[in-house]
Amino acid sequence: MISKKEVEHVAQLARLGLSDNEIKEYQKELSQILDYIEKLGKADISDVIPTSHALEMKNVSRKDEPDLSSAETVKKLLEAAPDLEDNYIKVKSILK
Amino acid sequence: MDITGLTINQIKKGLRNKDFSAVELCQCFLDGIKKKNKEIFAFLSVDEQGAILQAEKIDESISKNESLPSLAGVPCAIKDNILVEGLKCTAASKMLENYNAPYNATVVGKLKKEGCVILGKTNLDEFAMGSSTENSAFGPTKNPNDPSRVPGGSSGGSAAAVAADFAPFSLGSDTGGSIRLPASFCGVVGLKPTYGAVSRYGLIAFASSLDQIGPLARNIEDCQTIFNTIKGKDPLDSTSVEFPEKGKEDIKIENLRIGVPKEYFVEGIDPEVEKTIKEAILKYEKMGAKIEEISLPNTEYALAAYYIINPSEASANLARFDGIKYGFSEKNAKNLFEVYSKSRGKGFGKEVRRRIMLGTFALSSGYYDAYYLRSLKVRTLLKNDFENAFKKVDAIFTPISPVLPFKIGEKIEDPLSMYLVDIYTVSVNMAGLPALSLPVGKVGNLPVGLQIIGKPFQENNILEIGKRFYE
Repeated sequence: MISKKEVEHVAQLARLGLSDNEIKEYQKELSQILDYIEKLGKADISDVIPTSHALEMKNVSRKDEPDLSSAETVKKLLEAAPDLEDNYIKVKSILK
Repeated sequence: MDITGLTINQIKKGLRNKDFSAVELCQCFLDGIKKKNKEIFAFLSVDEQGAILQAEKIDESISKNESLPSLAGVPCAIKDNILVEGLKCTAASKMLENYNAPYNATVVGKLKKEGCVILGKTNLDEFAMGSSTENSAFGPTKNPNDPSRVPGGSSGGSAAAVAADFAPFSLGSDTGGSIRLPASFCGVVGLKPTYGAVSRYGLIAFASSLDQIGPLARNIEDCQTIFNTIKGKDPLDSTSVEFPEKGKEDIKIENLRIGVPKEYFVEGIDPEVEKTIKEAILKYEKMGAKIEEISLPNTEYALAAYYIINPSEASANLARFDGIKYGFSEKNAKNLFEVYSKSRGKGFGKEVRRRIMLGTFALSSGYYDAYYLRSLKVRTLLKNDFENAFKKVDAIFTPISPVLPFKIGEKIEDPLSMYLVDIYTVSVNMAGLPALSLPVGKVGNLPVGLQIIGKPFQENNILEIGKRFYE
């Protein structure tokens, strides 16, 4: 069983605000799921190369050029931000 | 005549012959939705005005005798994690409850270009995480075959919309079975394409190495038409590839070698489901196909590896929901950290938070090798299993689900039991293969789906194989 402290640490890493009850609940549920996942330990993975992607692809790149035709989309993307000032997205101050 | 039951070809013919107008057709579907969506809850939102407007344009073209695009006037429904410009796209989450899509997904752009009329957006498990559509923040979708049961998930709204005749076809997305399971539970045809065959641009990212968009329809021909409309390389999705076009494949049933993996018929499968699937396989045997028992020896590890890779990728993808750029933002926060944690804590539902937790844990320092890296290696084993099997057979037949559509509420409190429903579908995503969910029978009034798995980019092959079932 993973500890309450561990669950709190993971929640902090994930930037997820959880209540005490939720921490306890996830502690139980995550432990249960991880118990099931333990069976991976039995798989023979010696000398096996990991697959992170089903297709064997090399890096795909494009020219680094601004696409001026998308100005309208950019406007809409900015409008989706909860707090905006002069085309800048506002955040809480980071430096004290 | 009930025109909501027409196939795509019948719709095209009817419009051309002026048996009905595009607006009349569209209105019929909208009326049906109005009457029955309250009970089934397949749609989260219906764009009545927009749909009628699109249909009017088609009618105008018809009246002027202009040449029509290939799907002119054909109505459809789009899963609410795929962007349709100007419409809300919620991913069935409080996080995106008020989010308006700023652009079209590539697949939506293609459907619009061909003249499709978009009726509305369909319900799903929040961010496509689930197997029953009960994880929607706005309420569960009901199975049209039995409203006390789930439609499967996560594309439950898209499957139920087709099954309830709310739309002739719909789009869904499939990360570990999310098109195929609801297709099976609702008794419609669903196709999960090869990874890379269809652009994911404009699909709200869940687990990017597994996600694919695909069609759900009432019959294979319609499913095939839509697949061939949406496939292809897209400069906006660097993981999409050019679909290798071959001449029309003529499948000869008597030359067909069908593999049936023994690991898929073990304890845990409902005997009635097993019987229905075996009868379907027997039908192919009687038609002359060669049925071979095969082995996919690493099957027992598939689900465990999937439930590490999937939440790991999800936890990274969903980091973008930070209460700052778009989506739900908690106003009552003292500092930047609280903006993140409170917005995410309140905006995400239970299953989404569970997966973020699981994924963050698996990727965290000290656990990465034991969980994530090990799962990627198991993924290689799964891929090899299929490659070896396809040296001997042309297609692999399995059940879609070990169980019949279950009751609403039956599994929701036990996340692991819900995950186990995906046991026959996840390997396909891990290997990036195409697979079809085909309704092949019923137990009582509950449909059972056969899974037909093909080699990469052989969608049209498995669709042709599927057609033979109904001949």
